[in-house]
Amino acid sequence: MLSPADIRDRQPPAPIPRPRSAVCRAAGLGLAALARLLAGASVRWIASQPDTCQRVYFANHTSHLDALVIWASLPQSVREVTRPVAAKDYWSRGFVRRWLAQEVFDAILIDRTDIKVHQSPVDVMLREAGPSHSLIVFPEGSRSVTGEIGEFKSGLYYLAKKRPELELIPVHIDNLNRVLPRGEFLPVPLLSCISFGPPLWLERGEAKLDFLARARRAVLALKE
Amino acid sequence: MTDYRTIALVAGVLALLTAATAVGQFLRRHPDRGLDPAAIKTFNRRLRGWWILCTVLAAAFWFGTTATVVLFGLVSFWALREFITLTPTRKGDHRALFWVFFAFTPLHYVLVALNLYDAFSVFLPVYATLFVLARVAFAGDYKRFLERTAKIQAGLVVCVYCLSFAPALLQLPLPGSEAGPGSNFRLLFFLILLVQFADCMQYVWSQMLGQRLVAAAVSSNRTWEGLLGSAASTALLAAALWWAAPPFQLWQATLAGFLVAVMGFAGGMTMSAIKRDRGVKDYGTLVVGHGGVLDRIDSMCFAAPIFYHITLLVSGIKP
Repeated sequence: MLSPADIRDRQPPAPIPRPRSAVCRAAGLGLAALARLLAGASVRWIASQPDTCQRVYFANHTSHLDALVIWASLPQSVREVTRPVAAKDYWSRGFVRRWLAQEVFDAILIDRTDIKVHQSPVDVMLREAGPSHSLIVFPEGSRSVTGEIGEFKSGLYYLAKKRPELELIPVHIDNLNRVLPRGEFLPVPLLSCISFGPPLWLERGEAKLDFLARARRAVLALKE
Repeated sequence: MTDYRTIALVAGVLALLTAATAVGQFLRRHPDRGLDPAAIKTFNRRLRGWWILCTVLAAAFWFGTTATVVLFGLVSFWALREFITLTPTRKGDHRALFWVFFAFTPLHYVLVALNLYDAFSVFLPVYATLFVLARVAFAGDYKRFLERTAKIQAGLVVCVYCLSFAPALLQLPLPGSEAGPGSNFRLLFFLILLVQFADCMQYVWSQMLGQRLVAAAVSSNRTWEGLLGSAASTALLAAALWWAAPPFQLWQATLAGFLVAVMGFAGGMTMSAIKRDRGVKDYGTLVVGHGGVLDRIDSMCFAAPIFYHITLLVSGIKP
């Protein structure tokens, strides 16, 4: 028997993952394991903990594997409520990529070539995230060529401005650009490291450029 | 016929490990003995490593020769990953590296498993080397060409080629091999035991008597006293266990023990030099919480080829 106190003390219900077929779930588990194995990713949480609360993970962008490996580095329960934001031109090409993006990691595909004013990428992301899903974003916009972390584009700022309560988690990806460099399609199984840092929020009245610089420094700080 | 020698060797090792574990646990529970708690912790951690090593080896031995070769192949693959991860490569090396990881390394171990000595002894040092040179040239990036190809080649030779001589011992037609693989496994186990013991003795002698560092800039705890002490103690252990290693006479086993210790020391020095150059403490810094695979097998990589060739030399066996 449950007393009213028991019911009151319960945690708020975890966000409900989108129902997916058993095949897709199995493919997701297999792919996560494969990505972790192939990218030899060791995962560090620095002053931070995995949680199913609604978050935005923002990372430096070095390789096509980035979104997949970050997604695979999250615990299963968190992974189910986390949707990578990915480029439509890459992830909707060919049957396999499209199936992976839509059914397995439930990506939010953004059209980089045709950005409409009333349908900005930030609006699309927030609408797709709804009240419970977390996002994985790459504020540099495209993969860095040199391996240095470029300036952040303003999308992250507008995300934070429109939904100031979301936790913004900096993520640093090390060495994945050597596993699968720009322009290559076969990976070399080197070891990589994914570091998750403590959350940050947009301060009241903080200017756009200051915030973006602070967010970029938070990613750089995880590099050590 | 019961294989008394194998039983004696396994029982001896189990007894030694159990005794050491008992001592380690006793010291951990009684911290008031005036011993350095950090040293006891290191000792217990090393012991745990040995238990894991022995369990994995026992499982591989149980499943047979092919399983053991596959196990060593996986260890090589992982060590090469760590090696290449820590050596800077350029984008022009990417395709060459892909073939190194997914074609040359597995194919080499297939040749070892098939016991094709004539093929596996030249495959990596000759053909993989030529391929890497040509593939990097084809990629069109000539910056520091020799330096880059040398790095890949060094990784292949140390992590893959040299280490593979250890499981290759399982394929030798030793006296007594017709009865089963028992004597071959004993020979491999003999090598592993000597390498581990030499590592350990090097540390102990350096701590007790170490005065003269071999190269202060490369390693701050490897001394000439450690090298000599380790070589002498390992030679003694090899002499005491000579009955376990099939083709050796007493003096041959002693010589093998001496050479294994010296080569193991050289392996440790070499890997230290590479690590110092890259500014890391151990190869496992990317894997949180424990040292890398390469840190564990560096002495084995250097000792395995000489042990293999000594075995051929003294016994007159043709592989």
